[in-house]
Amino acid sequence: MFLINCPYCGPREESEFHPAGEAHLKRPANPEKLSDIEWADYLFMRQNTKGILLERWVHRHGCRRWFNVARDTRTNKVLHVYQMGDSPPTQLKHIKP
Amino acid sequence: MSAGYRLQKGGLIDRKTRLNFTFNGQAMSGYEGDTLASALLASGTRIIGRSFKYHRPRGIFATGVEEPNALVQLERGPRTLPNQQATRISLYDGLIADSINCWPSPDYDAMSILGLFYRLIPAGFYYKTFMRPATAWRFYEYFIRHAAGLGCAPTEPDPDHYDKMNAHCDVLIVGAGPAGLTAALGATRSGARVILVDEQDQIGGWLLNENRIINGQPSKEWLNAAFLELNDTADAQILTKTTAFGYFDHNFIALCEHRGPTQVNGNGLSRQRIWRVRAKQVVLATGAIERPLVFADNDRPGVMLSGAVRAYAHRYGVAAGRRVLIFTNNDDAYRTGLALKEAGVAVPAIVDLRHDPSGELAVAAVRAGIEILDGSAVTRVLGSRGVTGVDIMNLNNTGDGVIGAPRRISCDVIATSGGWNPTIHLHSHSGGKTIFDKRRGIFLPSKTTEANFSVGAANGTFSLSDCLKAGMKIGKQAARNAGISSHNRRKAPVSIKEEEADSRLLWIVPTACPTSHKSRHFLDQANDVTVSDIQLAAREGYASIEHAKRYTTLGMAPDQGKTGNTHGLAVLSQVLGTEDPGETGTTTFRPPYTPVTIGALAGRDVGPLMDPIRMTPMHHWHELAGCAWEDVGQWKRPWYYPQNSEDGLKAVHRECLAVRNAVGILDASTLGKIDIRGPDAVILLNKVYTNSWESLKINRCRYGLMLSEDGMIFDDGVTTRLAKDHFLMTTTSGNAAQVLEWLEEWLQTEWPDLRVYCTSVTEQWANITICGPSARALLLEFTDDIDLTNESFPSMSMREGTIAGVNARVFRISYTGEISYEINVPASYGMHVWTALINAGKKYGITPFGTETMHVLRAEKGYIVVGQETDGTVIPSDLGMNWAVSEKKDFIGKRSLSRTNSMRTDRKQLVGLLTENPTTILPEGGQITAKQTLSTPTPMIGYITSSYYSAVLGHSIALALIKGGRELHGDCVFVPLEDKSIVATVINPIFYDIKGERLNG
Ligand SMILES: [Zn+2]
Repeated sequence: MFLINCPYCGPREESEFHPAGEAHLKRPANPEKLSDIEWADYLFMRQNTKGILLERWVHRHGCRRWFNVARDTRTNKVLHVYQMGDSPPTQLKHIKP
Repeated sequence: MSAGYRLQKGGLIDRKTRLNFTFNGQAMSGYEGDTLASALLASGTRIIGRSFKYHRPRGIFATGVEEPNALVQLERGPRTLPNQQATRISLYDGLIADSINCWPSPDYDAMSILGLFYRLIPAGFYYKTFMRPATAWRFYEYFIRHAAGLGCAPTEPDPDHYDKMNAHCDVLIVGAGPAGLTAALGATRSGARVILVDEQDQIGGWLLNENRIINGQPSKEWLNAAFLELNDTADAQILTKTTAFGYFDHNFIALCEHRGPTQVNGNGLSRQRIWRVRAKQVVLATGAIERPLVFADNDRPGVMLSGAVRAYAHRYGVAAGRRVLIFTNNDDAYRTGLALKEAGVAVPAIVDLRHDPSGELAVAAVRAGIEILDGSAVTRVLGSRGVTGVDIMNLNNTGDGVIGAPRRISCDVIATSGGWNPTIHLHSHSGGKTIFDKRRGIFLPSKTTEANFSVGAANGTFSLSDCLKAGMKIGKQAARNAGISSHNRRKAPVSIKEEEADSRLLWIVPTACPTSHKSRHFLDQANDVTVSDIQLAAREGYASIEHAKRYTTLGMAPDQGKTGNTHGLAVLSQVLGTEDPGETGTTTFRPPYTPVTIGALAGRDVGPLMDPIRMTPMHHWHELAGCAWEDVGQWKRPWYYPQNSEDGLKAVHRECLAVRNAVGILDASTLGKIDIRGPDAVILLNKVYTNSWESLKINRCRYGLMLSEDGMIFDDGVTTRLAKDHFLMTTTSGNAAQVLEWLEEWLQTEWPDLRVYCTSVTEQWANITICGPSARALLLEFTDDIDLTNESFPSMSMREGTIAGVNARVFRISYTGEISYEINVPASYGMHVWTALINAGKKYGITPFGTETMHVLRAEKGYIVVGQETDGTVIPSDLGMNWAVSEKKDFIGKRSLSRTNSMRTDRKQLVGLLTENPTTILPEGGQITAKQTLSTPTPMIGYITSSYYSAVLGHSIALALIKGGRELHGDCVFVPLEDKSIVATVINPIFYDIKGERLNG
């Protein structure tokens, strides 16, 4: 039951949101040119981070906007929230949760 | 047993208010302020129930949530609650309680013979004994379940209601003992908004059980003053009878408040309320729970926790026995001896594991004339149905054996104390770490991950004066951390500082013979787990506490091992040779701290309020027509409309024939509708659908398949081009929200540059579908501005015009194979157009039909249902739908269709099945084999996805997914059932009007 600070609505209960996995995965421009293994890598392989994970969330029962969250998977601390298209803040790596 | 264990005076009970209650059918009475446990003790009831495994007689052991033995079935009928701790039930007039776990009565239990087979029922007994033969398990299980009954769940609906409350505060304080109370005073005096929670029916915590001096006045007077101050503070909320049972992320704490008593409460209150609290700061003043010494036969009725014996005397005015022997390893139990002595109860001796106890309390005990037997241990308990005496021997130097001759002392209660375990459950829920204090043998909270403090006994601070000081300091600190800048300089209340000497840690109290021999040292009385069970588990390789716990069931009973877990851990550590329980580590503490009823968790989300119900604009008409309903997602859809005494099957036959021969009318309003607009709308459709959309002309419709990126079919539907940059997409009824979110996901995350807007318009339009040979003639009566000829209004096109005087979009989309008009009108006109069509349609034999008929008709045509013919593993070629897949463009999921796995020739493919006997309907979900055999194992080659009786064909039909099925047309396959195997012939999955001639009427 964490609080997420929606960039568009402000802090709201987790139950209003829906998580959608790792962020910053770019869909390949030419999937047909990829080998089965490369395609499977895009499709299935994820970091499964223990620590700070950059992930996508959607405010499903709110503004319906997608955005990125930096969350520590060990403590569920939400360290940063930023809009789609924004690059992840680099200093996060140094944050000690 | 004779009554009369009530002391002449003392206690917080109201001796003027007598309450009558019934225990095991026997009329008894107690006082206002009693718990069921104190009233039972006062009445002299020693055996409350039988133990879980051996059915040994058990009595009251504790005073609170830690009680392992005194579990009762509270009340009867629909309000009955199983496994309630008698120590937590506030007595009320008319209460009815019964023992659990015993038959016919706790005094004469038929199952107690199991105890004689003790040696035969070691840890893991069930796992070992009942493995073979596997088929006999059902028999064993029946026997075990009855032998190990743990109360009964109510069988009738719950007549009470429950609710939920959300709350926010600066500081939430859990526990209203001395530390929690001073924290609350400190925080509120600083101006913080405070919620103070305590599971007891009044504030005070363990102070309620004591007679101490605070600020020079009796502690009870100080408690009253503290209560009045908090009660008068607008920003302080006190919740008693409320348990903080779970501590979740970001300082979210769940509380369960017991509001009404268990008996009928006519006052309209909810029986229980779940509070969902978000606190800026949390103070955990959860206290500590006493642990016993673990000695031989320490489960006999009359063996009780020392603090509990004192609490019964001080708080309830009840003597636990007439001769109470104290057995301790610490100073605190001396207080019990002194309190009893003062109340006029005989204390034959204080048996202390330590040599030469010389603290203030020991001195006071000697002065009071209590004999102290130091360096000694209780080695034997006499009396199988209740303590009658003990044998006491001297400990050897190392404490692992006894020496000398036993001395026998008669007593009827053994008040034992092995120290106090800080209640670190909530700290642990929140992700906090713990450290093991070797000197005191206790786990203490260490690093926290949430914004919280542990204070008082929960933090290992046991003396009253230190608790008062620490509470005040932490309360102020928590207010500051919550952002309250004002300071208060009020000082903490003071109490006399009492010095306590160190305790002596001895995890197992030795007997004259080896531990596992004959005698039983119980660690977990509720689940009958003994020291030798843990030792056995360790020897058998269950070296992790998590494994040993599950193998022996230590700490898995309703009390969750609150008195026995630390000992269990220490015993395991000893066997493993680590000697440091901190290294062995505790088991994970998980919510709930104490059991929470399902009713409270469900709250108001029951019955019709469990989930929102979505109704179409014509819902009322269907209801009056007496339809049977089908739930489709949150929608209520007519399933079929039975006439007179028709059953479902007959109704569906009649509806099917009406559509095929005359005209049917269907409420299809639940179909998901998404309005898609923008210059890049076509680009979006090209990406999310498998087929191509540039060429679609305005007012024309096209069927599309939607895949997820792994190539699996995810949704289907027909999309219509309303203008160059404007489309109306339809989705399956249950999937509309997911499809919209899917479109938004791609638009917002991957292609934010696309200029497209998607809007759900599902509920803005009513969809009335008429289909069948007479559909066109019927519609002709209602429109003069739409040309209905095939030439100007062909199949898969849309016309806007007026229907029954209402602006409408009419789609020629058929899901039945018949000529079909989907009439879309603004939702508020749905009922008007529906009734107009019904009335005018009578002369054509218009027949309303439901989802079941729709499914039969589409199956006759071999049309798929996403979620029925697909299950998340099906790609378009499996269904023979490559005609809907474009080779020329990329789309979501395309690359996956050329993966090796997608190209396999033995993938399951959609086929039709016909049985030999036309009336045999194959079961949906039935497995399919290539050989006609009922023996196992037989390889399964597929399964049935849809199966119906087709009225128009006079034959049953089925769709199935079979490995390489398209190569099997004409072959026989088999559907094995319990007693027979049904033969079916594989055919092309289309049964009716194969050429599709009926589509144009
Ligand atoms: Zn939002």
